[in-house]
Amino acid sequence: MKWKMAAVATGALLGMIGCLGPANAAHQKPRYGGILHYMVAADAPPSFDGHAEGTFATLHPFAPFYSVLIRVNPKTPSNTGDIVCDLCTHMPKPTDHGKTWTFTIRKGVKFTDGTPLTAADVAASWNESIFPPKGVVSVRQKNYIMVKSVAAPNPTTVVFHLKFATSAFLPALADPFAWIYEKKILDKDPHWYDRHVMGSGPFKFAGYQVGQSVKGVRNPDYYHKGLPYLDGFVATFAPKEVVRVDAIRAGRAAIDFRSLSPASAQELKAALDGKIAVQRHDWVCGNLLYFNENKKPFNDARVRRALTLAINRWKGAPALSKIAVVNPTVGGIVYPGSPWAMSKTKLEKIAGFWPNIKKSRAEARKLLKEAGVPHLSFTFINRNVDQPYKYVGTWLVDEWSKIGVHATQRPVPTGPWIASGRSGSYEVYMGAALCRSIPNPPIDVQVVLPHSFNAGNVGYYEDPHAIALYEQMLHETNPQKQHQLLDAFQKYMIGTKAHEIPVVWWYRTVPYRTYLHGWKISPSEYINQDLSHIWFSPPHCGKCSLTPPKTADASPK
Amino acid sequence: MTMVTPNPALSRASEEAQEIRRPFSAKVFGFIRRQPLGTVGIVIVVVITLAGIGANWIAPYNPISDHFSAMLQPPSWQHLLGTDQFGRDILSRIIFGARTALIVGLSSATIGGLSGLVLGVASAYFGGRLDLLIQRVLDIVMAFPLIIMALVIVSVFGTGVDNVIIAITIPLIPRCARVVRSSALSIREVPYIDAARACGFSHARIILRHMVPNVVAPFLIMVTAFVGQAILIEAALSYLGLGVQEPVPDWGLMLQGGAEEYAATAPWIAIFPGLAIMLAVFGANVFGDALRDVLDPRLRDR
Repeated sequence: MKWKMAAVATGALLGMIGCLGPANAAHQKPRYGGILHYMVAADAPPSFDGHAEGTFATLHPFAPFYSVLIRVNPKTPSNTGDIVCDLCTHMPKPTDHGKTWTFTIRKGVKFTDGTPLTAADVAASWNESIFPPKGVVSVRQKNYIMVKSVAAPNPTTVVFHLKFATSAFLPALADPFAWIYEKKILDKDPHWYDRHVMGSGPFKFAGYQVGQSVKGVRNPDYYHKGLPYLDGFVATFAPKEVVRVDAIRAGRAAIDFRSLSPASAQELKAALDGKIAVQRHDWVCGNLLYFNENKKPFNDARVRRALTLAINRWKGAPALSKIAVVNPTVGGIVYPGSPWAMSKTKLEKIAGFWPNIKKSRAEARKLLKEAGVPHLSFTFINRNVDQPYKYVGTWLVDEWSKIGVHATQRPVPTGPWIASGRSGSYEVYMGAALCRSIPNPPIDVQVVLPHSFNAGNVGYYEDPHAIALYEQMLHETNPQKQHQLLDAFQKYMIGTKAHEIPVVWWYRTVPYRTYLHGWKISPSEYINQDLSHIWFSPPHCGKCSLTPPKTADASPK
Repeated sequence: MTMVTPNPALSRASEEAQEIRRPFSAKVFGFIRRQPLGTVGIVIVVVITLAGIGANWIAPYNPISDHFSAMLQPPSWQHLLGTDQFGRDILSRIIFGARTALIVGLSSATIGGLSGLVLGVASAYFGGRLDLLIQRVLDIVMAFPLIIMALVIVSVFGTGVDNVIIAITIPLIPRCARVVRSSALSIREVPYIDAARACGFSHARIILRHMVPNVVAPFLIMVTAFVGQAILIEAALSYLGLGVQEPVPDWGLMLQGGAEEYAATAPWIAIFPGLAIMLAVFGANVFGDALRDVLDPRLRDR
């Protein structure tokens, strides 16, 4: 009888201990204090300017310094349709048949240099993104082709006038890169934000160690009362996954927000049983392969088609998902989780997605022979980031070798990788242009449109028919018909012409230390990265106060 | 009765004559008996060379072909050294990797050695300002540690086998030139060089016919040592991502990426390429030591 009672008591005790685990954190009150150390899975970015860059290497370390007009609700980031105000006071209803959107800006918001933030700053920042002055890069400019003008008629009102009403406008406006800059600075030097940081976000910039780390401290004047919880953060650049995993394992970092491979997550869980939690999600991100159509033989559609026909995506994606941050689901240029995505039956009719790989590769060899390059040889530029770039690149080299193509992979650091795309000094280029903040397919598919339409495109080709197809789809108001037009556009771009080809979509696996709370995964690595809701459980929060400190603590070590 | 003291020079000459007359097999067995470690080194070098040359016939699998059904398999009869994260056979990749190691090792050692030989002999023979200039330039190059120098060169010229060979060759040149120059300096002073000059022979003839043959021993020893060093640096550069790139089979490259990620769960991915590098360097080094013992008359009789 005694042993039975002992067993029951032990079971009850274990049950209680279990309840005190990470799940219990949801019932804890957030504490103030602590320095968040996290890893950024890349080399230092080419610039600090969110308007000019589209990489997480810029967003992860610098987003905490900035505010945005509207954003995906940080409390429910996996629901990208739940868009809420950040700098505005309430979500407006459009007027003028959906063509005018008027936002009221919060009062009392200050930049960290003490200057009050007004509607003029918001309008100036959006004007820089949508209508960049000559010499200023805005990689998302074409996301706003529906915008006619942005104005600030008074210090608390910003008005967006649209050329045509579209449901694609609001998700585009909730872009997490659309940081609000100070108008005075932009007027003086539009390139100032390339190398400087000054915003109105939850954290104040505290230093940048060239190529190594970015530091931030709590902004005591942050307008969302009671936020942020952390005293500061240190973001450390480390392109090698093994370095990031070691940092988390050794306690030098709490998280890598982007993603780790399934094997690394498993390894961390095994090594730090009970001290690691994992969040997983489909990822609105994928690899897109560019061909430099300024260079022979990539100006020949037969060659591009052959290269996509050689890839066995149906077998490769599920296999790669076991070792890399790859989604086992195959998709075109529309996020496979979206209702706008092409059905499998339709996808299988597009070159490169045929279910019969033997037939596909035979066709590829035939096309290469016809194009006069049966033993094509080229170098393709890849990003020097293991997950999933180098894994996917290595797989592609093998896939192409099966049709007699000799490809040499050349991984380069983030800066040169972006630069080689922009300068056109490549033959074939592995990009990540399918990465999006909020799935917004009618706008997202612009990535494959030529440079004359989409400044971010590095394919160096012109195709007026492609632009016409896109415009027709975008302006279609009947959703069913618009979906059909989108399918036709996809088929033309990635199959018939193969200007650019989707390779694989990704899958997020984010292991992190269980003392970190308040962060929720989303389908995008860009959403919910201002760190304002993150807090630590004792003892990692230091003094662990339940009330916000009055001033910012000293710079993080 | 008069005691006849044997002349040591005559007796050595007689032994050498006997050595020449010995059959080849006896010479080989003699070498094995005298240099067991050197023999091991030669065997390793020969095996690696044969593996590199005959990789296409020896390797059981295609080294770059993915086999997703065989991912991360431990050593078995099907895959003697296991498979990596892409299901590629590790043994096949090591066999093909020997080719990269040999190409880089032999090319760098030979080109670096020959360039050092030319510079070292020329520097010693001509002396004066030319000697001073060459030596100071070599001093500057030698001031950089070998791996740092190689890193700088690869960073400037870019990655790839050709650039890796250049990156490894340049730092090897002054190391060889120094040793060769010191040997050549003593030879320059011997009477037959003066006699050759007196006969009116050209500089080229004196250098090539009378000086170079006399510095060949230290030169060969240096070159064999360089092979091991070059293999090691090539592996280091590839590990750092500055050498050849995936999916090219390369021992250093095999130690990064998957080997790091799966070190805990699939250690064979890292262990076997590491062993291959260690064996190759060990083999080249002990082979070089044995060669030194054989070619140096002072060490030959030990």
